[in-house]
Amino acid sequence: MPHLVAAYNLARWLTRNAHDAEDVVQEAYLRAFKFFGTFRGGDCRPWLLTIVRNTCYTWMQQNRAAELKDNFDEAMESLESTTLNPEARLLAIVDHQRLRQALEALPVEFREVMVLRELEGLSYKEIADIADVPIGTVMSRLARARKRLQQGLLDNPHKEYPHEV
Amino acid sequence: MRCEEMQKLLEAYLDGELDLMRNLEIEKHLQECAPCALLHKNQQALRQAIHSAALYFSPPAELPNRLRATLRQASKAETRRSFLPWRWVMVASAMVLVAALVWFLVATRKSSTEELLMQEVIASHVRSLMADHLTDVASSDQHTVKPWFNGKLDFSPNVKDLAEQGFPLLGGRLDYLANRPVVALVYQRQKHRINLFIWPSTKETDEAEKITARQGYQVIHWTTSGMTYWIISDLNESDLYEFSRLVRT
Repeated sequence: MPHLVAAYNLARWLTRNAHDAEDVVQEAYLRAFKFFGTFRGGDCRPWLLTIVRNTCYTWMQQNRAAELKDNFDEAMESLESTTLNPEARLLAIVDHQRLRQALEALPVEFREVMVLRELEGLSYKEIADIADVPIGTVMSRLARARKRLQQGLLDNPHKEYPHEV
Repeated sequence: MRCEEMQKLLEAYLDGELDLMRNLEIEKHLQECAPCALLHKNQQALRQAIHSAALYFSPPAELPNRLRATLRQASKAETRRSFLPWRWVMVASAMVLVAALVWFLVATRKSSTEELLMQEVIASHVRSLMADHLTDVASSDQHTVKPWFNGKLDFSPNVKDLAEQGFPLLGGRLDYLANRPVVALVYQRQKHRINLFIWPSTKETDEAEKITARQGYQVIHWTTSGMTYWIISDLNESDLYEFSRLVRT
């Protein structure tokens, strides 16, 4: 089954639930099977991930519409990179569990660009195509997501994010 | 390169999205500028953390099999759907078949009533020769034969004397065809007997003469001026046709 690992990983990160991810992957592969005619050749993975991503959004609209409205806390945007603790302790204290939680806590449109960039290693162009946004938006989303992760890792580990409630 | 520009490009640099010239400029700047180098270090640390955190989710072991089963089902459904046009072809051909059958039945019903009448005519002709009951009124005179039918029928047939043309009249009799009493005129050509049946037609329209060969007999029938004519004989076709022409005119 081609690219199943990548498809499942994306679905799992977007739905944040193993069972839902399986459902979404099944649905996505069915769609891929139906719409194989729209595949224009080349690398199959971005095409398939686009279908997985769109299936996820459809699924969330039907089941968890509230999550799609989840936005970044605007206060976060004032956070300047220069105010980050410059100490290299970031490396030392990295707790994988906390990193996972911080990534999971990101709003879905930031989570998807992070997963596609950091876990799938896709280019800005490919991500822009999959998420159907301009490359500039991909870059700004990546920048904001990374700031948020850095902030999360340096913050009090017990801090709860508002949308995790 | 200024720090502001540097910071804007830092992530794209780390993501490998910049061209060679930009990469070189940034690397040069990072060597010269400590604050930017620290930012770079933090960014790198985050990336390393992400990559080392095993954030990748692996699908459950049974997912590929379940997926294959789902796709197999879908593929079967797809095959069924793609056969749909064939089903329409079958429906269409079934409809054509039914239409043809209906047409055939209607057409043969018409011709089968004609066929039935034909059999009656032949039977009547054969009987008239067999049972020695060829004529009720034996006369070669049309003025004897024609009046004989008066009071026996609700119509008066046109009786022609065709002796000069080689078809002497032998006489006439009452017969029963098509569920009604009819006139039967008997003519002769050499040794061949000719039965001419006449009765009022149930049809509004005239019908051209039609010659049919049955059981060794020639049968000619037509409808004109509201009267139906049937001629039957073992005479050859051309002579009988000549006879029918004489009757018609």
